[in-house]
Amino acid sequence: MKILVCISHVPDTTSKINFTEGDSKFDTNGVQFVINPNDEFGLTRAMWLKEKQGANVTVVNVGGAETEPTLRKALAIGADGAIRINTAATDGFSVAKQIAHVAKDGGYDLIIAGRESIDYNGGMVPGMIAALISANFVNNCINLEIDGNNATAIREIDGGKETISTSLPLVIGGQKGLVEESELRIPNMRGIMMARQKPLNILDPIDANNETTSVKFEKPAPKGAVKLVSEDNLDHLISLLHNEAKVI
Amino acid sequence: MSVLVYTESEQGKFKKVAFEVASYAKAVADQLGTTVTAITINANDVSELGNYGVDKVLKVSNTALDNFNANGYAEAIKQAAEKEGTKVVILSSSANSKYVAPLLAVGLNAGYASNVIEAPSNISPFTVKRPAFTNKAFETLTINTDIKIVGVSNNSYGLVEKSGSASAEDFSPTISDLGVKVESVDKASNQVSIADAEIVVSGGRGLKGPENWGMIEELASVLGAATACSKPVSDLGWRPHSEHVGQTGKPVAANLYIAIGISGAIQHLAGINASKVKVVINTDPEAPFFKAADYGVVGDAFTVVPQLIEKLKAFKAQQ
Repeated sequence: MKILVCISHVPDTTSKINFTEGDSKFDTNGVQFVINPNDEFGLTRAMWLKEKQGANVTVVNVGGAETEPTLRKALAIGADGAIRINTAATDGFSVAKQIAHVAKDGGYDLIIAGRESIDYNGGMVPGMIAALISANFVNNCINLEIDGNNATAIREIDGGKETISTSLPLVIGGQKGLVEESELRIPNMRGIMMARQKPLNILDPIDANNETTSVKFEKPAPKGAVKLVSEDNLDHLISLLHNEAKVI
Repeated sequence: MSVLVYTESEQGKFKKVAFEVASYAKAVADQLGTTVTAITINANDVSELGNYGVDKVLKVSNTALDNFNANGYAEAIKQAAEKEGTKVVILSSSANSKYVAPLLAVGLNAGYASNVIEAPSNISPFTVKRPAFTNKAFETLTINTDIKIVGVSNNSYGLVEKSGSASAEDFSPTISDLGVKVESVDKASNQVSIADAEIVVSGGRGLKGPENWGMIEELASVLGAATACSKPVSDLGWRPHSEHVGQTGKPVAANLYIAIGISGAIQHLAGINASKVKVVINTDPEAPFFKAADYGVVGDAFTVVPQLIEKLKAFKAQQ
């Protein structure tokens, strides 16, 4: 089985977010980048599938050279090879087109992507890849088993979950639940050393228009101070929520 | 040319988001000087849509689509868009709509903006605003394609009632490849889901153990709220993952979010920031959540919450 895992290179979840160039670009100054958490759950599930039933796992990212440490980390965790498509990731649709092109060329059976990246939160790349290569698609995937050409997945739905049967080729939009937080792997020294020897291929992008364009970013307006209510006066809290906030 | 809106239903009845996206579609149609067409899939009574600005309803009745299926639903919406010559398609931010939208975007070769929180600020270029960096910022973006798809963030635009009526016609799209098959659905029918909830009551590690969740559930029940939890609580296995809210869990965009025994890590605050009013109950006055909240009680959850439940019951009895 050939598995392609899409890796988004995102600011660490604790990052303070700032913008530059007239609030048009994310300010990467002093920001630590990590594998997008939703992608990391998927990568770890790919490792699990590889160890259980055998698979070749390739990771792919659309981005400039600055994303390579993130790909190397994925290799250190255990991916067999990496591909970087050498263009800036500025729009979900164009990223999906780039990855779909690689996915089709490489003949992958299973493509694992996170349900969304924690930076732009578009939530569109996995589904678009599936539609572009006419593969089956399960979004919000919280469990995945592969048996030959058949797949069984569990999808989180609003207020519950559903069990889905489908077949390869398959794209999933994954999230926590694919593996547990405690099953995530920290690269060990051997993994890091081996990652240096593994192939990281740089591909030229295909022509793909940006279907959306970011114009401007802004930060939320600063919040007013919290109104503290004494624990002996909870009637006052109820009154504030009813009369002032009008939410109960 | 009319704006097409997919109005979701469950077991034949419209979900609240259906009326919110219809209201949004009406605002866009007014800006474009056109009408609103809704597409419904296995909904029973569609007349209610007229109260939210819908002019015409394309009613799909197809037993193959009784269970939600992203391919099938995307195909139906695509064919409706083509029939209507639609330039703008509106969906919600439910799990199902977010599943359909990317497939539809490829089908219509349309740019797609998800989690949009306001009516377009401009229609040429088509400009919308959405949260980015998990609510730590907002992004203004333009959709450059001929056909545009907007996913409206739940609970952001609200319901706008209009006096009007919608005409209905049967619509039978050709549905071929479903791709995936739902074998079973596991859904608690008597609980409010976090996605649909107007009020969310959330517990953190300050509650000391899963055995203490009774009061969280009772408070939620008094308020008609959904229950949620912080990341450590779900990592410790005290509560299911499906309740984890925050940057790597579920986003919450409720009218009221009540955080009990949650200190307010930056990742948690990012995930719940889209909620309109936040209340924190915590023993530690230095907890970061107090900086993010609108109302706060410094106190022990084990004494505050039971009292709050009793007082809310009395309040509700008077209403």
